[in-house]
Amino acid sequence: MTGQTNTAASSLLDAMSFIWREAELLDRREYPAWLTLWRTEGIYVIPIDPDTEDFDNSLNYVLDNDEMRRARVARLMSAHSMSATAAARTARTVSRFVVVADTAHAMTVRCVQHLVETKRDVQRTYAAEITYDLARGVEGLLIERKVVRLINSTDALGGVAYLF
Amino acid sequence: MTSQTSPEATPTPGGLADLVRPDRVHSQLYRDPALFDQEMDKIFDKTWVWVAHASELPEAGSYKTAFVGRHPVIVNRDRQGKINVLLNRCRHRAATVCEARRGKANSYVCPYHGWSYALDGSLRGVPYAEGYEDTLDKSQFPLVALKVDQYQGLIFASLNHDIEPLEDFLGEAKPWIDLFMKQDAGFGVKTAGEHKFRFPGNWKIQLENTTDAYHFPLVHKSFLTSLDDDTEELFDVLNQGGFVQDLGNGHSVMVMIPDLVDLDENLEAPIPERFEALAQELARDYPDDVVRKVVRAVGGTGFNLNLFPNLACSMAFFRVLRPVAVDETEISHIAITMDGGPAAGNRARLRLHEHFQGPMGFGSPDDAEAWARVQRGSAAGSDVWIMLNRGLDAQGVDNRGAGTGDVSAETGMRSAYRMWKRMMTA
Repeated sequence: MTGQTNTAASSLLDAMSFIWREAELLDRREYPAWLTLWRTEGIYVIPIDPDTEDFDNSLNYVLDNDEMRRARVARLMSAHSMSATAAARTARTVSRFVVVADTAHAMTVRCVQHLVETKRDVQRTYAAEITYDLARGVEGLLIERKVVRLINSTDALGGVAYLF
Repeated sequence: MTSQTSPEATPTPGGLADLVRPDRVHSQLYRDPALFDQEMDKIFDKTWVWVAHASELPEAGSYKTAFVGRHPVIVNRDRQGKINVLLNRCRHRAATVCEARRGKANSYVCPYHGWSYALDGSLRGVPYAEGYEDTLDKSQFPLVALKVDQYQGLIFASLNHDIEPLEDFLGEAKPWIDLFMKQDAGFGVKTAGEHKFRFPGNWKIQLENTTDAYHFPLVHKSFLTSLDDDTEELFDVLNQGGFVQDLGNGHSVMVMIPDLVDLDENLEAPIPERFEALAQELARDYPDDVVRKVVRAVGGTGFNLNLFPNLACSMAFFRVLRPVAVDETEISHIAITMDGGPAAGNRARLRLHEHFQGPMGFGSPDDAEAWARVQRGSAAGSDVWIMLNRGLDAQGVDNRGAGTGDVSAETGMRSAYRMWKRMMTA
């Protein structure tokens, strides 16, 4: 019993450490390092429809496979996007972690992210519930799927030149 | 806030009419809150304003909420199949009677005192009616109905019941609407969600942008770089012999890819390499002629049709603008799919839409940044003008005649501002 609790606690600690590291990389816009957190098959989704699980047949803000993720990073880092070169600064906190599933090979973690962006004297917040499917590999955790459900996904957003 | 007169108001001796000249407009048009109020009264309360596509209201009771200028409205389909556009305000004490974005309802009940309205807006129920001692004539208090008309599924409403018929207003734009709808590949146009975002700037900055090919290679360089070589060549919009045409009443069309004007043509052309996988997937369930139609239409048309004042049929989607304040505008990019068409084709359309559009697309955020910069820059100087003279010759005539110019000419913007001036000075 004690052993199981310790395993669960260490598993949650692994996931939190991993997700916090990701959050820091995104706030610092260290996108090439962020790409290494993913499995090649990984899917990055920011849906609009709050209820859908059928992302392929829905309109999303982001539905990226590896190729699109790399293209997105290339765009954000190029000098040719006037929004990316003037991107808002961000600071995000992630908390309210819940382990939804945990096996020897994978775990699913649900959490909440509060992000504050600032640009040209205007601050704006975005809150989201994020669900991570994480794969355990020999070198630790990797993202299998990340679904970011903005709580205002059906409202009008501002231009977003960073990643959630 | 918006009723205050801007400190930079009326710098020109000619008054309002002088703010729009054949080759330029005054930056006060982006900045003066009093002008914004006049625009709402004289343009958005007077003309046809797009509110919905018929596919958004598939059955009796289907509704969406929208805006006509400043006015919140309900757009619904009643049991007779008729489309109603109603001011979203109870006739008793003004509460909105519907707050959902879309849905299905048999009636609308005001949450404040329970007045209830039928789908056509007629007042049906008044709780504790005896308190009015028979003085309340329910027929006098329906939800206020707007005039409604539609063309090719595009539903427009107007607060002006004396307005000209919609088909007259659309005029020369109609054949272009017909061409735009061919991207349904014969299945019917169906809207499929929207990307909605706001930018801190005046609505006319966005109106201009839909007919501005000049910005495309620069502002969208990072989008172009993300494409395969063939698609990047396709989007080389300044070098394909395109043009802009003034269609009257403030409408204009900008043809960027002439080969994609009529999607029923060139169906025998080889399938482009980037669509081969899609064509093979479609071929499992559909005959060759359908596959070719779907593939040719999957990226939309080769033109932007700008309909004054709030809708554009823009290549593969509907662009809707909503003026919120003199320096705040909401944009919706509504995705289009084929109604009952091949799922693989519709998925491809959704992915193409996500690639460019929306607050996290590879294109829209750069547009939004440019528009915000225009609004900020327009604060500089009290008598510096917005130049719209690209494509005018030395005599001030559109350089290809008949309102047709080079694809990067500012002809479409001049057309919109002529209509602006006509309505604002009427």
